[in-house]
Order: sequence, then structure tokens, then C-alpha cells
Amino acid sequence: MKIFDYIRPASVTEAVAATAQTGAVYLAAGTNLLDLMKVGVARPDRLVDVTHLPGLDRIERLPDGGFRIGAMVRNATLAYDTGFAEAFPMVSEALLSGASAQLRNAATVGGNLLQRTRCAYFYDVESACNKRVPGSGCDALQGENSGHAVLGWSPSCIATHPSDFCVPLAALDAIVEVEGRDGRRDILLDALHRLPGEHPERDTVLEPSDLIVAVRLPAAAAAFASHSRYLKLRERTSYAFAVVSAAAALHLGAGRIAQVRLALGSVAAKPWRCREAEALLVGAEPTPEAFKRAAEIALAEAKPSGHNAHKIELARRILVRALNEAAAGTPAQIAALPASPFSTMPGALAHA
Amino acid sequence: MPEITLSQSARHQRHGSNIGQPLTRRDGVLKVTGAAPYAADHHPTGMLYAVMAVAGIARGRVASLDVAAAKAHPGVVDVMTPAHKPKLAMDPDEKSNPFMFRLDLLQNDKVRYPRQPIAVVIAETLEAATEGATLLAPVYETQTARIGLDGERFVPPGVGVGNPPAVSHGDVEQGLKDAAKVTEAVYETPSQYHNAMEPHAIVAEWTEAGLVIDTPSQGMAMAQARIAGLFGIAPETIHIRSPFLGGGFGSKGLVAGPQVLGIMAAKLVGRPVKLVLRREQMYGPVGHRAPTRQTLRLGTDAGGRLTALDHHALTASSSFDDFFEPAADASHTLYAAKAIATAHEAVRTDTGTPLFMRAPGEATGSIALESAIDEAAFACGMDPLAFRLKNYAEVEPISGKPFSSKALRECYAQGAERFGWSTRPLAPRSKRDEAGFLVGWGVGTATFPALMFQAQARAIIRADGSGRMEIGAHDMGQGAWTALAQIAADGLGLDLDKVDFASGTSDLPDAGIAGGSAHTATAGMAIHNAGAAVIAKLADLATGDERSPLFGAGNQGVIAREGRLHRRDDASRSEAYADILARAGLQQIEAGGKAAADPAAQESYAMHAHGAVFAEVKVDPDLGQIRVSRLIGAFAAGRIINPHLVRSQYYGGMIWGISFALHEKAIIDRRSGRIMNGDLAEYHVPVNADVPHVEAILVDEHDPHVNALGIKGVGEIGITGSAGAIANAVWHATGIRCRRFPIGLEQLIGTA
Repeated sequence: MKIFDYIRPASVTEAVAATAQTGAVYLAAGTNLLDLMKVGVARPDRLVDVTHLPGLDRIERLPDGGFRIGAMVRNATLAYDTGFAEAFPMVSEALLSGASAQLRNAATVGGNLLQRTRCAYFYDVESACNKRVPGSGCDALQGENSGHAVLGWSPSCIATHPSDFCVPLAALDAIVEVEGRDGRRDILLDALHRLPGEHPERDTVLEPSDLIVAVRLPAAAAAFASHSRYLKLRERTSYAFAVVSAAAALHLGAGRIAQVRLALGSVAAKPWRCREAEALLVGAEPTPEAFKRAAEIALAEAKPSGHNAHKIELARRILVRALNEAAAGTPAQIAALPASPFSTMPGALAHA
Repeated sequence: MPEITLSQSARHQRHGSNIGQPLTRRDGVLKVTGAAPYAADHHPTGMLYAVMAVAGIARGRVASLDVAAAKAHPGVVDVMTPAHKPKLAMDPDEKSNPFMFRLDLLQNDKVRYPRQPIAVVIAETLEAATEGATLLAPVYETQTARIGLDGERFVPPGVGVGNPPAVSHGDVEQGLKDAAKVTEAVYETPSQYHNAMEPHAIVAEWTEAGLVIDTPSQGMAMAQARIAGLFGIAPETIHIRSPFLGGGFGSKGLVAGPQVLGIMAAKLVGRPVKLVLRREQMYGPVGHRAPTRQTLRLGTDAGGRLTALDHHALTASSSFDDFFEPAADASHTLYAAKAIATAHEAVRTDTGTPLFMRAPGEATGSIALESAIDEAAFACGMDPLAFRLKNYAEVEPISGKPFSSKALRECYAQGAERFGWSTRPLAPRSKRDEAGFLVGWGVGTATFPALMFQAQARAIIRADGSGRMEIGAHDMGQGAWTALAQIAADGLGLDLDKVDFASGTSDLPDAGIAGGSAHTATAGMAIHNAGAAVIAKLADLATGDERSPLFGAGNQGVIAREGRLHRRDDASRSEAYADILARAGLQQIEAGGKAAADPAAQESYAMHAHGAVFAEVKVDPDLGQIRVSRLIGAFAAGRIINPHLVRSQYYGGMIWGISFALHEKAIIDRRSGRIMNGDLAEYHVPVNADVPHVEAILVDEHDPHVNALGIKGVGEIGITGSAGAIANAVWHATGIRCRRFPIGLEQLIGTA
């Protein structure tokens, strides 16, 4: 492997300073970065290990009822935190539907947000990829692209963001706390990830040295706890990235939808918040017909980027399913097969 | 009917109770504690690490490599290239027998498939060698890759291992004309890669005595011969240690190019070298299952009897060598059509050479045949199990030979009973569960030939009354360490704990190849015969000695049991092995045994294992996601040495059937020919959550003809039948007949 420096800073300030040089990157659990280094996609000169920074591993309930999650909290720790799961069940379900138990035990909240796309052409250093080498072209565009983006893509990049966790976070207006060279600032999660445009090499709006220190869920987001669901369609029952996924959360009052939050996963370079569909549903009765109309609106702008037209229809259908299940009420317990369409199958085993 | 030569001396019998016991793996503790040494666990003093650089193109030549940059990297010792490598005694492209495949050993700068080795970097550390390989930064002259099955077709000279490419029995065209209904369909299966958990690995060390190798092998003697030929050395100077394999599935049957490159690297630098393939490097030079496009035409009369069965398979081999997946041969043995024709055609593509992959041909052909049978049954308005019984082959259809044994009816009956098949509605898309999922039931017939190769074993009885059995057998994880030791114990008339079972190295007698589901039968028979021979020697010592209570029993013979010989005519008169040897003043006696298929029996009988697999799937009606909620197989495979291990073998095969039907495929870029999912995150195989319920029923079957032990194989049959049963269940659930495998959810949502 390429020789690189390994730095373990003692504080956030030190960490930010340690990434001042080019070629320096933050290392959290490394469940994605180390793979990228092994295949030669990432070749950093310096790894700044942030897993030992003090204070980033806490899950705090804020005075107003919101939650603040340290960036180094492990996915499994957060998913199994009872207070958090009660307030944001679909976030816990999304976390538990991702990767494998071993990976969830290692992967961090901050790292999850910054994972790179799973586009095979990005991983394959022999292929042209504008995200990996700006200006080199996109071999995915005419390639094997049945899993690629149907929303927000550009001819320079059709990759998707693979995170499950980010989908309900985007729906719930989560806020990302970032420490940078000019101090601390908040970014709405929905604004963190960029669409590719002409610069797919930039996944997010973060600047060099920016370090995610926490994710906050506003108190208002907990209002959806009783009617929310994350659903994820996969090519096998577990341990697979989503074909498409959806987070749906409803706040019902007097038989009508008072508030609604919708987001889709694996359809674009970012978790895809469906604001127009939300607007359509506010004030409507929670009926399958209304949900179908909302799904039509949500995917109105979608177009295939290759051999993936089926994803558009699947995205509509999973949005409808997620809305129906949210309307039916959040299950008392997270299913044995989290987020799976088969989570309602009687006798399903907890093998996920 | 001819008598088979009994391989057990009629004079002397052996009684033991080890065979048939459901023992757990004797090496299980070693494996779960990490104490079982796999090839890559070895680190001889002075060892260097070798890492392959592999081609990033499918076809062309390597125009340049930056060897200087690689060599300049700290820790890099040498870079092996076509211009700098040890001389071989044999051209790697030479081919002198059908089991010899061309290897890529840096013989020139040509690239003939993606991930072909193009250089090997040798360094003090794995990291330095890895970076050195990156620094080579190859520049290519690229030619257009030939991929897919639409190239120029030809009829291969043979398929599988020398089977004729086309076989015809009766008049298929007339049979189709006479048919009341004709079912015709085309099925496609993708390229699949073995993906054993343990990648190919080698630690090679040249010593004064010769060559010492730690490497996983399903056939050590063949590997010895191949390596000896390449390096111009005597096979007996090569010592291979292969006590444990982390899976083989056929990809470790023959020594592969990268393993030889490890030996070359060790020779080049004069130090021991370790070379381990990275996961993605397994998708190229170590074999794969070739893609197929299979056309089936089935004619049926008004009563649902097959009037004709026509199975054509188009497959692909590499541009430079011949292995043709014998997919259509799956139609030779199962169904009693009046006329059967099978034929193969092939194209050449820029891939590594396809090779044997668990049930090569049988698995690929089975999913197409079992799907087509299901389609024909529905066309006839018949239950698919009733249709199979209506067309049950009482004798092997083409050859007309009787079966040596065939308990397939019992398999159908026991499997159907356990599954609850009788309540299945005929019409598709007519069952839902309480949660609203579509439910479908499907059946498939499983079959695999009962093969035997050649093997030898050496049996020893020692002065302390204990025994030793030596055979260079191969445990790929199937449990050979246990099952063969059980045969050895009974063969020696001893308890298992009194037998020292030696296996897994090339200095022991040649056990042949662990392939073709034939290892237990072949190695087992050699062990059985070696035991008979040593017991005969021991009996001669006793019955010829007037001081023995067995004196004079030579004509009646003896029974060997629990370390004693008993007179056959008077079991109260017996003597312990130890006493016989002590009186004779011997430290031990030994004898050899051999095994091979009996040509007379093969001439007279068709020999196959059989089974019936029943699948229940649930399908999300809107989203198309599929889950195999129940998979129940009933198999008859002659005598079962260890039911616990055999059940595991069936499970493994059946789970591979799930994989074949629903998950597994290499995704090949249509322009470059490069495999885009060469890792276990994206090359999907079933995970635990995909296998909520699997059952294997062991159906009794006595076969007096296959071999004296009555053993058929169980290693591969589980894939056959299972994949088709699942595909048929998906159709029954949804009403959508998917003929392109694996079945993906996009095929089930009505948008394709």
C-alpha cells in the first residue's frame, strides 16, 4: 500500500489543524475509506483518526426534546438507544437495515453521512469516472447501470448515495454540526450532499478540514414517532444496498394529514427529500389514492439514466407502501427484518 | 445381470459401527479456534510476499510496465515479468490431455482476459508488494473485447470431460410433430464465479530436496504432475500440504496459474514466497461457470407423456482454451421421452477459461430443464409432480440401461408429504399468505451421476493393536477427515479412536481428485480395500500359527471386530490384533488397497443419485422482492457414511440453488468485458436471512452395484433440482415465467 502518515489528534481543534495540508483526510471507523484505499480509489497522504476525540461519542437529549448525536457514535449504539428509538423509530430501523451487524458495530454516524457512492465504475480504477478523476468521463452512463440514479443526475455522473441512515434524517430536517477552519456552523442535512452537475467529485458542500462533530434531530421531528416507517427494497433479504428505499412520516389530526415528511434513498446523489409530494398531502386524508398521487408528484421529474427505468416505478411503489405503513402506525417493536417488505411476514427470523 | 467382483475377501469379514454414525466434524474444534492451518497461515523463515498485477483490459497486449518505479519502492525485492522470470520446462500453452488447461504464466505480453496476471511483485511485506504492483502502471494496446453469446458459433469437439457435443435417441422432429402440445422456451444463465471463502493461496519454498508447497488442492497428485511438467522436475520431489481447504467447488481441482506464479516467484528470488489472491483476482484466472442460452422443445401427447425432448445449449469458452459447460446433458437421464436430442454450440469470448464449478453442466442444465418440464406440465393442465411421475424413467432413457438403484419415487413421495404438496392449486397467482404476499410452490428433480475415479490407500496395524490409515485425500470442508476416518475404522475392524487417520499431504497414497461428487466413494473404497488387505495378512499370521486360537480357521475365515479376529464358525474363539503381532514379533503389518470404477458394472448399469426438491417462495406483489420461505429436499444417494455431514452437503447445495435462481451473476461491462462486481458485497450469494427454512431428507437406498460400500456422491446434487424448484415456485406465485436467471425483482413488477 501507499505509505501515509497516521495522526491521532487529542481535540477537535487539533484535528482540524492536522488536516490543513493537502492529501489529509479524516478517518473514522474506516468501513468505507479503508476499502477505497485498498482498491486504490483513495490514496491519502495523511489519515487523521477522529475516533478517539473526546466528547463525540455521546447521545444527548436536548432540553427542547430534540437529540444531539456525537459524530463518533456507532450505528449500532444509536439504533439500540431506547430513548432515541422511541423518538425516531424510522431512523433506528434505517440504521438496522444497513450493512451487517459487524459493520454497524464499527461504523459511525459522521462516517455514514460521508460514505462514497457504490457505483462500480467509481470503485474500478480502470474505468473513467468524473467523481474519482474529474474530467475523465463517466463509464457508468453507457454501462451496467441498472442501479443508478433516476433523479438529479447529470451526464457527468449518475451515481447514487447509498446511505440508509441519511434518508430518514433528510426527511426529519436533521442538522449537521460542522467544525471547520472558521469555527462551527450548522448545515441542514438535506443541503449537505450535492447533486453532481459539472462537479461530481464534490459529494458534499463541506470545505477542506471541515469535520462533522454531531447530528441534531429537532424536537419537532419527534412528533412523527407514532406514524413513521423506513422501507428498503433489496436484491437479497439482508446485507445489500437498497435498490430504492423510502422514509415516510405522518402527523395525523382529525383524520387528516397535518404534517408529512417524505424522502427517497438510492435514487440520486443525495437522499431525496420529496417536498412537493409533502405539500400535496398536507390537509389530505391518509388514503392509498392520496399516497399514489403523492408518489406520482415525487417522481414526476425522474428519468432513467440508463437501464434503470424500473427504479422509477419501484420508487413510486415503495413510497406508497411506506406511506401506507406509516398511516397504519409505527410497529411497537422494530421488525426482525428491519425495513424489509418481509418485516411483516409472520415467523420471520431475526437473521438480518 | 453380471456379478460385480466383490472387493472384500469373502473369507474375512469386518464388522464395525462407525459407518452411518452422525459424527460431528473431527476437525471442528481446530477450525473454530483458528488452529487449523490453511495454506496462507504458513510463514517459513525468510519468506517474501508476492502480489500479482493483473490486466485491466480484456484483450490486447501490455505495451509497457514501469518496473523501475516498482523496484524503487522500499521493500520491493524483484518484479517478475515476461522479460524476467525463471525458465520453464514446458510451454504453459501446451496441452497434452483434456485435464490440462492452458495457464497464464507471463509467457508473453498478450492479454486474453480481464484480471489475467501480467506481472508479479515480490517484496519484504505484503504492503510493499501491493504498492509495487500499483506502481507498475501498465500501458495497454487494447483490442475490442468479445463478450456475450452472440459471437460466431461452432460445435465444440466435446463438452464437459470428453462427452460428445450432440446425442440423439429416436426421432425428435417426428416426436414433436406427433405431440398434442409443444412447449418451447429459451432460458439464460449468467457467468458465475466460485468464490470459495478461502482464496487461492500458495506458500512455496524450494529446498535441496525439491519443492515444498502449502496450497489448497482438490487433487494433489494431479497438481504434482502438472507442476513437475512445468518445472522439469520429478513429481515425487514436490511435497504438497493441503490439510484444509476453505472451499473448492471445482476451482481448486487443478492447479491454477497464480499458484504456479507463486512457485516461479520463489524460484526467481531463491527464498520462500507467499502469494494470496485478492478477492477480485478470483474473477479471472481460476475458472468460472460459463454462461448459457438454452433452448428446450418438449412435445407431449394428450395424456401428458413426453413424445420428444430437445435440449440445445449455447455456451462460451475462452479465446484460447476449451471447456464447454455440458448443460444439455442434463436431459439425458431424468425423463422417459420417446425421443431425446441434446446438442451444444459455443462461442469464444475474452474471459478466463471456464472450468468445473459445483455440478458443472448439471446445475446449469437442470434449471432450464426443470423450468421447461414445469411449463410443459402446465400446458398439459397437470400438476408438475404428477407430470414428472407420468414421465418417470424406469430405465435410463437414452442408453436403455437399468439403474443400479433409483429411489426417486420415494424421494418425490417423502418430499411431497413433508412439504404438504397435495394441497397445491394448479393455477398460478392463486395463493396469498395472511400478510398479502403472493405464495408459490414449485418442484424440481435432482440428479447427479455416481462417479468413481482411481485411488490408493495404505493400511497399518500396529503392535499395540491400534491402526493407521494413510491416504492423500482432500477435505474441502465437506468432512472428509471424519467420513473417511469412519470408513477406515470399519475397514480395520477398530473403533475410531484406535485409528490414526493420515490425510491431506502428497506423500501419502494418491486419493485421486475430490471432485465429481466421487471422493467418498473413491477414497472410501481404497481405504476399505486396504483394510481388507491388512486384515487378510493379519488373519494369515493367526490362522497359520498353531499357538493361535484361530489356528486352522484359514478356510472358514475370520471376522475382524473391535480389534480382535474371531473365527467365523466359532465367534467364541478370538485373538486380539496386538497378541497376533506380538507373537509374530512384528512391530506392525501393512498393506495397500486400490479403488476404481468397475467397468463391468458401468457397462451394465446406469448409476445416478436422485432427489426431489420442493420450494415455497413469497413474493411482494407490488415490489417484487422474493424470499424462499421453505426449501425441502429428499435425496437418495446410496449408502450414507455420515448423515450429519451429508445433510450439510445437501443444505449447501440447496442454498446454492437459491443463489443460482435468485442471486448469483457476474456483471460484465458490455464494452470492456470487465467484471464490475468482483467482490462479495456486490456479487450476491444468499445470506442467512435468505434461508429461513431448509430441510434435507435422507431417503434410504441400497445400491449393490456402484461399489462394495454402496456409496454414491452427495456433493453436487443439491444444486440441481433446487434452482428449478425455486424458479417454478416464483412462476406459481406470480404467474410470471422468468427465463433469465437470476430472477430479479425488476422481472416481477410488470415494467420489464
